[in-house]
Amino acid sequence: MTHVALHNIVKRFKQVTALNDVSFLIADGEFFVLLGPTGAGKTTTLRIIAGLEKQDAGSVSFDGEPVDGLMPADRDVAFVFQQYSLYPTMSVYDNLAFPLRSPLRKLPEADIRRRVEQVAELLRIHHLLDRKTARLSGGEMQRVTIGRALVRQPRLFLMDEPLSNLDAKLREALRVELQHLQKSRTSTTLFVTHDQIEALTLADRIGVLDQGRLIQVGTPTDIYDRPVTTFVAQLVGTPRINLLPAVRDDGTLHVKDSSLKLPVPAQAALPAEFLLGVRPEDVRPGSGGEFTGRLALTEPLGAETILHIRSGEQTLLSIVPGIAPFRLGDEICFTIQRDRLHFFDQAGVRLPS
Amino acid sequence: MSALPQPNPTSSSSQRARRQISDRTILHLFIWPTLILLILINIFPLFYSLYLSFTNYSVISNKPPEWVGFANFIRMLNSEEMWSYFALTGRYALLSVGLQTGIGFGLALLLREKFKASGFLTTLILIPMMLSPVVVGLFWKLIFNPAYGIFNYLIGFTNPAVAPDWLAQPDLALFAIVIVDVWMWTPFVMLLCLSGLSAIPDYLYEAAAIDRASSWFQFWRITLPQVAPLLLIAVLFRTIEAFKAFDVVMGLTGGGPGTATNTVAIEIYRQAFLGQFRTGRASALAYIVLIIIIAVSNLYIRQINRAREG
Repeated sequence: MTHVALHNIVKRFKQVTALNDVSFLIADGEFFVLLGPTGAGKTTTLRIIAGLEKQDAGSVSFDGEPVDGLMPADRDVAFVFQQYSLYPTMSVYDNLAFPLRSPLRKLPEADIRRRVEQVAELLRIHHLLDRKTARLSGGEMQRVTIGRALVRQPRLFLMDEPLSNLDAKLREALRVELQHLQKSRTSTTLFVTHDQIEALTLADRIGVLDQGRLIQVGTPTDIYDRPVTTFVAQLVGTPRINLLPAVRDDGTLHVKDSSLKLPVPAQAALPAEFLLGVRPEDVRPGSGGEFTGRLALTEPLGAETILHIRSGEQTLLSIVPGIAPFRLGDEICFTIQRDRLHFFDQAGVRLPS
Repeated sequence: MSALPQPNPTSSSSQRARRQISDRTILHLFIWPTLILLILINIFPLFYSLYLSFTNYSVISNKPPEWVGFANFIRMLNSEEMWSYFALTGRYALLSVGLQTGIGFGLALLLREKFKASGFLTTLILIPMMLSPVVVGLFWKLIFNPAYGIFNYLIGFTNPAVAPDWLAQPDLALFAIVIVDVWMWTPFVMLLCLSGLSAIPDYLYEAAAIDRASSWFQFWRITLPQVAPLLLIAVLFRTIEAFKAFDVVMGLTGGGPGTATNTVAIEIYRQAFLGQFRTGRASALAYIVLIIIIAVSNLYIRQINRAREG
């Protein structure tokens, strides 16, 4: 396979700058996920790599060679579109065989059949091969689309939110399949999504995009445990991270409008005012907890329960396993995991701690 | 918003006024005028002419219709003249619909790409189709005129003495009518094709580009199948119209020279309103045309459904 490098990509659509100086590397065989909200420039990045869109500045290279002058067909990438881009009036088999029948390849028909059947087996669409694509369900169509990418051995797989049009159950099943496929084939993949769960579960590394800027690149653990801005911190993790305005008073840290007080970690250099980030799983209710709050709301999800704890004017979210035995209005004791605190300055940038 | 019926004094009086006419009355007021008109000018003539087609009758003879069974039909179907008119109409339909489809689809492919003033150009191209056929017939008569018409000049005949007289030469008259019909109705085919083309999503072409498909493939496997249902509808409409071709032909040649452009519709008119006013025979002929059109349409519709299913 191939390693891919983007150097200082800039793309403008009329007045709007869709991508602003984006650079990153995808290692050979890596599963790289671009994560970001709608309009962040994820799809544009993908289309520029595929050659469907031309960047205004910067360059894309595969294995160290610039591909900027190449047409999409010559870049040898496979693209899975968000919409099921199947050829109508052709059977599933013909759709799958199509990329192999390109005059540039000249594969014997027996080889084509073998590879199509192999992929169909893998994606469990073997029974659909003779069907017309118009008669498939959404999940089946998307699997055929993915299959059409898999029959080739392209240098790079590009996937544009391939799971977003599917219902929750199917999305989960296909996510697992994709992960398995990628790991067993070690194919370089760039996957675009706005779904943080997809990003965290699938990725070797994640790149977070916001308004055309690449904000952070790192492993899922990096992104989750050491978000560089409050934007990243809020983007990953459900329920969202608690962000509390706080002030430093010598060795103590006060959360505004509440009675929460914590000692300032020894190595942290904090300004007078800052934002304190606490992941919900680090707010742990239990008897003998050093803080108290009132339970304002519970969201039982079955396997876990989200608790909304009021402390003064602030609300902290906490997530606990199972169905919590608390009632609304209860006085709750809790602790905060001290070694997992996040500090951000007023502008939202992470402070060293 | 207070949602539920709090009767407020201002609207209740107007409400009461409206209540005096019930919904049912309004329904009847809307439906019956249309229905009566339709029955008078469509439904009644349809059945009355069916009856007349089995009779010997002329509107000017001052005699009641006389029942003759299938005699009119047998006479028409056994007449060699009649078959030649049908053949002529068929040739006309084939030529004119074929050219309209080809040129219309081609224009649609060209206008599909947006460029400066492409909207304006599309509107310009659509103008012929909005004109009245009689007007079109009359001014094309001027355009075709061998002495001062611009058509001959445009195709290179600058000397009127040797230039063809399109409407007067039996071998050319049919083509002249085809040219006018194509000029007038190609925009219609183009319009339908254009709406079919604009419904094809871009990502299909992008997927094909990434899959290294040739532009030939993109045309045959993506463009054509997606436009086919609308294209066939355009062909269906134009074929039906071609079989009924009357107004433009009447305006240009009146069926002449001789019978060179005597389409079936013109023949029906001649039977019914010229010479002996053979109303019965004309009705029978009209019904034969109707049956042919229904048969041809059914063949087309079957094709359209097949194209839709893909």
